[in-house]
Amino acid sequence: MTTNTPVVHLDGVTVIYGKNAALKGVSAQFNRGAVGLLGPNGAGKSTMLKALLGFVKPSQGRMTVLDLDVAQRPLEIRARIGYMPESDAHIPGMNAVSFVAYCGQLAGLPAVDAMQRAHEVLYYVGLGEARYRNIETYSTGMKQRIKLAQALVHDPDLLFLDEPTNGMDPKGRDEMLELIRDLAHNKNVNLILSSHLLPDVEYTCDDVVVMDKGQIAAQGPIAQLKGPGGRVFELRIKGDLPSFLEALRGAGMEYTSTDEDVMRVFVPDSLGANDGHAQHTLFALAARHGVQVRHLRPSIPTLEDVFAKALGEK
Amino acid sequence: MPIHDQSYRRYRGGKVMPGQAWTVIARAGMLNLLRKRVFLGVLLGGWIPFVGYAIWLYVNANYPQVSIIAVTPKLFRDFFGWQDFFVFIITVYVGSGLIANDRRANALQIYLSKPLARSEYILGKAAVLIAFLLSITLVPGMLLLLLQVLFSGSFEFLRKNLFLIPAIGTASLLQALLAAFTMLALSSLSKSARFVAIMYAGIIFFTLAIFGVLSAITASTRLSWVALGANLQQVTDVIFRQTPRYQTPWQVSLIVTLALIAVSISVLERRVRGVEVVT
Repeated sequence: MTTNTPVVHLDGVTVIYGKNAALKGVSAQFNRGAVGLLGPNGAGKSTMLKALLGFVKPSQGRMTVLDLDVAQRPLEIRARIGYMPESDAHIPGMNAVSFVAYCGQLAGLPAVDAMQRAHEVLYYVGLGEARYRNIETYSTGMKQRIKLAQALVHDPDLLFLDEPTNGMDPKGRDEMLELIRDLAHNKNVNLILSSHLLPDVEYTCDDVVVMDKGQIAAQGPIAQLKGPGGRVFELRIKGDLPSFLEALRGAGMEYTSTDEDVMRVFVPDSLGANDGHAQHTLFALAARHGVQVRHLRPSIPTLEDVFAKALGEK
Repeated sequence: MPIHDQSYRRYRGGKVMPGQAWTVIARAGMLNLLRKRVFLGVLLGGWIPFVGYAIWLYVNANYPQVSIIAVTPKLFRDFFGWQDFFVFIITVYVGSGLIANDRRANALQIYLSKPLARSEYILGKAAVLIAFLLSITLVPGMLLLLLQVLFSGSFEFLRKNLFLIPAIGTASLLQALLAAFTMLALSSLSKSARFVAIMYAGIIFFTLAIFGVLSAITASTRLSWVALGANLQQVTDVIFRQTPRYQTPWQVSLIVTLALIAVSISVLERRVRGVEVVT
């Protein structure tokens, strides 16, 4: 497997639950490194991970993980990947170190190595001091960490992380993101981070695959998806909003709504964003349509803009 | 400089090829139970009939003047009858939570994200229960045979009844397989071990009660096949070359027993999955 080969490849994959299609002919590829799998709840992110693990069988399409066909060599694939499930999951009646060592043995590690690795990864994820406690007494944040530990114990080549910061407090969340970032950027572990939290993906990943309603809405390097040169402004106006929005569109600018009545307006380079004329362009447009500019603040394009653009939010 | 690097390190050691994870599951399951004193008590309780029978064999061999009943293959069949109670207790104690507890803790997705097939998971779980059941049926059964030879100081009984060796093996295995797979199937249907235990006991006693009522109505035991336990008793009688206790043809009892095992495996195949799809 060369460094340029994608770690995961999906070709026309359709997964149907009863009468509902959770994935509709999805074709995507996940490059080496950290790739974010982004989308609103119900977009099909978890279903995609479960299909890649072989938990659900697609009715159509083909998938490869680490160059191995999911339909034909699931066990070999699972020996080389680590999966951190979204929901709370553990093996009852075990303390943390026994649980992680047990998972290591299930993944093929000899018992002694599994125990040694269990201690190591528990320290790494920050559970070193609590490793002899029964998992059932753990807090939500600790349970998230133990799920990461069991996914790491056998040293996988690829990690599937399904909503890894769910239910964590801000400090715990930051620490978890730091761990994920460290794994991807310093420890050479490829990972797919499924999340609906844009900042998480933006902080930890280089590439992103955006999903919506069981389909791929956008994919590629985050920097590239953030778009060509241009500037983003937060804008609030008073006046005839529909006709102003029409004017923005007519002038070649894109906009997305945010909280309250503020919108984010993207002014491309072609309209003078680089020359510092973007503000003037917006003021001029507002003046022409008789609306007041109540708030105008420069911003930078974020993944949120990519996400909103991909999902066609207006 | 830290004394020990506590950062994440890549693993350079060897890994076992997929296919042996069921032994890990079985070993962990057994050790977990053997750490419980209550369970050890139950397991030892399962050896009480063995002690009684061993004394009987000793008295029979050394004090023929006080022995009332001669040692025959029926003695070994009767021993299995005594063990039925302990088999039930251990099946309920060990088996009810084997899969139900994993379902409650969402452990199936952890297990099945590792390089093990669903059949390996089921095999590992079944091995826990089967091993403990055989430890109170097959092991004491064979030991009784050995004690008979040792106490009598002769191979004559064994030579005349050589079929007892495969009989003890077959009866033990059939009983363990039936108990293990029916219990595992029930365990896969719920997230509550307590509920599974009640369901299992309910099925055993309810089918026996139905059989009792039907026997009373028809004045015959032809319908013994409706009771889970009665089928096994009937087949075990035949295995030990005894007269079957019910009027149901033993072949019917055997078919029902094997069908129950097959249905249980089919239930397990449907229920043991990494993801539960609700449509």
